[in-house]
Amino acid sequence: MARSEDTVAGSPPVSASTTSEDWRDRLHRFSKSDFVRSFPYWFIPFSIMGLGVYGGIGWNTLISLTDYEGFRERPDFTSPDLEMYAQALQDPAVIVTTKNTFILMIVFTTVTMLLGLFLAILLDREIRFKEKIQTIYLLPMALSFVVTAQFWLWMYNVNNGLVNVLLGVFGLGPYNWIGNPDLVLGSVIFALIWQFSGYAMVVFLAGLQSLPDDQFEAARVDGASTFKTYWRVIIPQLKSSSVSAAVILLIFALKAFTFLYSMFGQYRVPQATDILATLMVREAFQLQNWAYSAAIATILLVMSLAIIAPYLHYQHKQGSL
Amino acid sequence: MSKPTHSRAESIARILPALNYRKIGLAFVVMFFFAFFISPIWTGFVTAFKTTGAVTSTTPFIPPGLDGFTLEKWSTAFDYLSRGMVNSLVMSVPSTIASVFLGSIAAYGLTLVDWNERLQFSILVLFLVGIFIPYQAVLVPLSDFWINIVGVDGLLEPLGNLPFFTARHSRLFAVTVTHVVYAIPICMLLFRGYYMSLSDELIEAAKIDGASITSIYRRIVLPLSKPMIGVVFIYQFTMIWNEFLFSLTLIGSSSSPAATVTLVLSGLGSDLTGVDFGLRMAGAFVAALPTLIIYVLFAEQFAEGLASDR
Repeated sequence: MARSEDTVAGSPPVSASTTSEDWRDRLHRFSKSDFVRSFPYWFIPFSIMGLGVYGGIGWNTLISLTDYEGFRERPDFTSPDLEMYAQALQDPAVIVTTKNTFILMIVFTTVTMLLGLFLAILLDREIRFKEKIQTIYLLPMALSFVVTAQFWLWMYNVNNGLVNVLLGVFGLGPYNWIGNPDLVLGSVIFALIWQFSGYAMVVFLAGLQSLPDDQFEAARVDGASTFKTYWRVIIPQLKSSSVSAAVILLIFALKAFTFLYSMFGQYRVPQATDILATLMVREAFQLQNWAYSAAIATILLVMSLAIIAPYLHYQHKQGSL
Repeated sequence: MSKPTHSRAESIARILPALNYRKIGLAFVVMFFFAFFISPIWTGFVTAFKTTGAVTSTTPFIPPGLDGFTLEKWSTAFDYLSRGMVNSLVMSVPSTIASVFLGSIAAYGLTLVDWNERLQFSILVLFLVGIFIPYQAVLVPLSDFWINIVGVDGLLEPLGNLPFFTARHSRLFAVTVTHVVYAIPICMLLFRGYYMSLSDELIEAAKIDGASITSIYRRIVLPLSKPMIGVVFIYQFTMIWNEFLFSLTLIGSSSSPAATVTLVLSGLGSDLTGVDFGLRMAGAFVAALPTLIIYVLFAEQFAEGLASDR
């Protein structure tokens, strides 16, 4: 039925007497074009998502320009200003949480990627029960942060937790992993590495398996050791996988809220683990400082866009979008 | 085969080269990480079977002896969480189905039908950004929208006479719809990757035969999508079941009748006397049960969803 016409641009030239007929013809053709017929398919999901994501962001930005706070009062949009942003830049809590956010992002992402790469190379060798082992390595990723936070709370328990019991074998500890402000951020990062390294492994494994086998063979014929082969030949080709994994992990670290909330059971987490994401939710839903938290949310959004935009540009350049 | 004249040392030396040190080392490292990944889960599992006394008096990862064994924590946790389990199920299943469907048709409209490459690309980029943005950036408008503007608490009042619903269940409805909205981009991306790997020939042939875009979707694309629908469904269901931030901000308290299981779990087993870890662990497993079952049955699909989530 449908004549495949991308647009109406290809219509034949018009003579004056047939203008109206031609106009109808064009309309008829346009209504049968792939654009119009595929319109409901992409436009309905797109507009639902667009309202939620971009409508939400726009509205959030508007709220951040007001003084909106408290319950059940409408924000006053009449005199928008940047007061909330000025307040945020001077707020010691914002400075501390920004610093913690960066520590979390960098340490968590780096270690998770290295461990994930190591595990991927490990499982890419011929070992028995490979699928079963991969399933166990990835298992934490199938669990909710609410659930894993409970497990780690118990692991880190001062008197009876497994971590201190194991260290006790070597005559170390016990350490107060959660209660000690110097240790708590490291403890949280370690638990998150546990949860996410299986994910990094899966991404790297997919990258490794897309490489042709003969490269490895060729390097072996040349007499290169296994380590050298990976270091010089294989790992440089995993750039695309590395970039993807790094972006996902960075973005996760930026918005990590659930694990922290669940571990400490409240909006106010220890200052050493307080990140922008937890500060924002606390300001909004515990203290009802809606406008102020909207401003912090905008800062988070800008930070995430600073990661996403170069990533999408890179993907586009690689032709992998 | 060995001759009696061989000394003991010699016979050991003959066995040794047959053992591959590299393989032993590899197996050791694999087992080490096996223990690393399983130990928090295993420790939680055995702790859930211990009496409160045994939790503190026994080694955490060793199963309880007969005197320290109890199923009481499981039954308490189950009683406590069952309302949340029902709520989570009522929320997760419809929102997963809706987002899978919407993601699939969006991917179809953007990949298998060509209309304007540049416009299609711009729309794709807008979808992709939607995957990555932190939800914190929309939380304030979201709660403002549902609670103050829609007045969600009164939304389902006309249905208020049904035995199961209370007015607060309408908050659950808000969370369900919210999940659909924010799950569309990732579902779209997963389907897009799959549709781009399908061969063009079948669709081109159908077009030449005069099939309309709708009938191509229904007769060709949808049947071919079956394996991917499985992947996206499993992945999305797990994500939505495990989600916490929307439940916390839109439903609010773990004592609400509309609280999802993750929300209820976050308040379980802690009182003034401290944390009852046996109960906490049992609760964690009960809350994770549906996702664990799905993971055990469909680990491969879950891994596939994760690997293409980028």
